[in-house]
Amino acid sequence: MSLMKRISLIFRSKANRALDRAEDPRETLDYSYQRQQDLLVKVRRGVADVATSRKRVELQVAQLEQQQAKLQGQAEKAISVGREDLAREALTRKSGLTQQITDLRTQHAQLQGEEEKLTLAQQRLQAKVEAFRTRKETIKATYTAAEAQTKINEAMSGIGEEMGDVGMAIQRAEDKTAQMQARAGAIDELLASGALEDVSQPGGSDDISRELDALSSGSDVEAELARLKSGAQPQAIESSDGDILQAEPGKTETTDEGRA
Amino acid sequence: MIIRILGEGQFDVPEEAIERLNSLDEAVEKSVEAGDRESFTGALAALLTGVRDSAVPHEAGSLDTSDLILPPADATLEEVRDLLSGDGLIPG
Repeated sequence: MSLMKRISLIFRSKANRALDRAEDPRETLDYSYQRQQDLLVKVRRGVADVATSRKRVELQVAQLEQQQAKLQGQAEKAISVGREDLAREALTRKSGLTQQITDLRTQHAQLQGEEEKLTLAQQRLQAKVEAFRTRKETIKATYTAAEAQTKINEAMSGIGEEMGDVGMAIQRAEDKTAQMQARAGAIDELLASGALEDVSQPGGSDDISRELDALSSGSDVEAELARLKSGAQPQAIESSDGDILQAEPGKTETTDEGRA
Repeated sequence: MIIRILGEGQFDVPEEAIERLNSLDEAVEKSVEAGDRESFTGALAALLTGVRDSAVPHEAGSLDTSDLILPPADATLEEVRDLLSGDGLIPG
């Protein structure tokens, strides 16, 4: 027997077994309708859960990107004060973040896919439940309990298949989200532990920042002193800046790109 | 003929497409039996694409049962084995 046939038979018999049967077949319809409502609630909750996970990943990507920009800035500053070692350290950390951001973007796309799939599953189930409700009222109004049996079986099998499908979709989405939440939790811990540095702290208090701050306050003082000693006029500084720009256009461009 | 792709819903597939789909189905079955993950992924994708390309979505508000039910597009070989043993199903 073909794969399609085998899966169909097994799926259908399992879905059928899951249906509650009442003594009065017409009561079966009401029981089932209640379970359909429950499943609709469950699938809506599933969509919301996946959306929450997706937003969490979005937030993490934003935090890591902010951290990357900060390290880039530190690297530039370190180069400008002649500390290649510090610049190297900043860039090394920055490249470590790149991989994590790429992974998170992949996760984000997967979560978005799950969210869309579940939303569509919810819409399909909603349409079937609506059809079931109409059919249920017709059957109850028109047929005696004995006559209703065939009609009920048809309606129950139709909705049972959809419920089985949606139930499976919810389970799959939950499994995938749980895996990603474990990884997201690890990144949150990493961010919280300061291994990636606490980006919520304004100005930052990490080792690279501290060294650069010390260096720059020192060099600011030196620059100020030098300016006072030479009694240089603002025009003179401007024109010397202009000379540098003209003499080394390549260097200026690189710096601008890095900042952009 | 109504074919359901799990996770995607029901499709109306014209009779003339069935023969071709059967041969695509055979390829999936062989790779499942052989436990060949690489050929499985391609074979399942080809089967589902074959269904989608030849079909139109079945009326959303119907309560019709499907003639055939197929695994979801992102199913792994192990999940299809579970479907075949009835383990992977969570009805209702």
